Amino acid sequence: MMTLKQSRRLQSVLLGTLSWAIAALVFFPIFWMVLTSFKTEIDAFATPPQFIFTPTLENYLHIQERSDYFHFAWNSILISFSATILCLLIAVPAAYSMAFFETKRTKSTLLWMLSTKMLPPVGVLMPIYLLAKMFGLLDTRFALIVIYTLINLPIVVWMIYTYFKDIPGEILEASRLDGATTAQEIFRVLVPICKGGLASTALLSLILCWNEAFWSLNLTSSNAAPLTALIASYSSPEGLFWAKLSAVSTLACAPILIFGWISQKQLVRGLSFGAVK
Amino acid sequence: MANLSIRNLQKGFDGHAIIKGIDLDVKDREFVVFVGPSGCGKSTLLRLIAGLEDVTAGTIELDGRDITQVTPAKRDLAMVFQTYALYPHMTVRKNLSFALDLAGRKKDDIEAKVSEAARILELGPLLERKPKQLSGGQRQRVAIGRAIVRNPKIFLFDEPLSNLDAALRVQTRLELSRLHKELQATMIYVTHDQVEAMTLADKVVVLNGGKVEQVGSPLELYHHPANLFVAGFLGTPKMGFLKGKISRVDAAGCEVELDAGTRITLPFGNAHMSIGNPVTLGIRPEHLNIAKDGDCILQVTADVSERLGSDTYCHVRTQSGEALTMRIRGDLASNYGETLRLHLDSAHCHLFDAQGLVIAKALSVAA
Repeated sequence: MMTLKQSRRLQSVLLGTLSWAIAALVFFPIFWMVLTSFKTEIDAFATPPQFIFTPTLENYLHIQERSDYFHFAWNSILISFSATILCLLIAVPAAYSMAFFETKRTKSTLLWMLSTKMLPPVGVLMPIYLLAKMFGLLDTRFALIVIYTLINLPIVVWMIYTYFKDIPGEILEASRLDGATTAQEIFRVLVPICKGGLASTALLSLILCWNEAFWSLNLTSSNAAPLTALIASYSSPEGLFWAKLSAVSTLACAPILIFGWISQKQLVRGLSFGAVK
Repeated sequence: MANLSIRNLQKGFDGHAIIKGIDLDVKDREFVVFVGPSGCGKSTLLRLIAGLEDVTAGTIELDGRDITQVTPAKRDLAMVFQTYALYPHMTVRKNLSFALDLAGRKKDDIEAKVSEAARILELGPLLERKPKQLSGGQRQRVAIGRAIVRNPKIFLFDEPLSNLDAALRVQTRLELSRLHKELQATMIYVTHDQVEAMTLADKVVVLNGGKVEQVGSPLELYHHPANLFVAGFLGTPKMGFLKGKISRVDAAGCEVELDAGTRITLPFGNAHMSIGNPVTLGIRPEHLNIAKDGDCILQVTADVSERLGSDTYCHVRTQSGEALTMRIRGDLASNYGETLRLHLDSAHCHLFDAQGLVIAKALSVAA
């Protein structure tokens, strides 16, 4: 017969093992991608798959020779950060008015905004392509910044709205009585209180922009092409070169992974910060 | 100076009237308490004064200046909220100085004001803490401090003690009363707790269903309620009510035949009163006694008793099923279901007509 203490211990060991197993499963493709990037093309194709091999940097050198990685990376950084900042600048006041000045139509407006995400992007490819062409915006960063801002806006507004909803209106009323204008109310009271939530929203928007491939492939060619376009350029024309494709993918993922990993610690601190009452 | 004058104030939400035409004057340095059951509109009235809600109709004037459409920031009022509403990301010092900072005051001036408020409320050692590091009572003091630094014309309090435990509530109530005397400030205070209303107020405003039922000093309202609602709302335990009919009217008053099975002669009367009129007799628990002999004997059945040591609250039921509470000084042992004979002190009875309005003393008695 197991004692209560033993059964609790067993339960925690089982749950721990399960968490590790799920984490390993999720992480495995990334691990395999990084591993493959250090193999020769022959090792990469070998069956059964090889775990022990002589690592090489030839794939990375090849990529640096063939394409200007930093040009694509700079485009990705510029587009993702600009779109995220623009998105937050629009979403914060929008969420503020929806959370604190709710009308009969607020709920349906929010649902409608989210419903636009259900439309397959390819459905509006023609009109957007033609509009971009008409305004001379094909292969420009500006076009991608505007489009990324708009496609992420519904999710960003929703997330910020839920964070704002948790803030008691009385805190804002107190600031209004203290003499704060609407802008001061938002930027000196509301935003600092919600900074953890706003930071995680910004990170999500950054990741979504960084990984977006449909519009970047269709609206850019070289000048404004971000890293997703660089990966795509390695996928087909010369047949499948797994090792090189893995190397370019690793290079594309690395910045956002490192950024996410660093800010994660800040985020946890931000989210657990501040009591309302 | 701070004289507030409210005229025919109305407020509706989605077509439902919440405040139904209120006229009220608050004089300089007065401590006014709005009291009433939940949903009576007392908090809405306070929020209308603060400017946190838009007025549907009517005017609010502060020292002769119409502030009905003025933004909250420009009304020169400060409010203490039920949930304290401190800024969680700021230290106590920043919480106190925020309003002065927004107003663009000089640093030395801000420092002096914050130190003064901290001294009055004994917040000195807490100035560098965040709100989450404070106890409920300390947060409440910071919320009051935030109002003090602004030196407003009127302090508004929205049920500020309801989140505190019983002991702290009594202590903070006394502190507030002391603060009012020290600051010589005008204060408007909302509560549903009649003990707070009775102990703090210079003037009590009893609200019900968005209307003012009666305005007056606490004891005036206690001893001379204008209607059944005020009579039943103020006082713990509640005033007891007995239904009956007028059976005789003369110059000295009237005789009421109670449904509970007794007749009582009362010194009340007015020109509209006639035999057969339905009336309600009100009597406070302290004016009911165990009968020795004489008139006005009411036969009742004892329900449960609450023996507090200093007093005994004896709950009884009349033959017609009406519940009364008797308050006896000291201890009284009564058995559940026992028949008791009570004496009604006619000098302390209140009489209300069919509309629930008080019937005044008869002219010959009043003279």
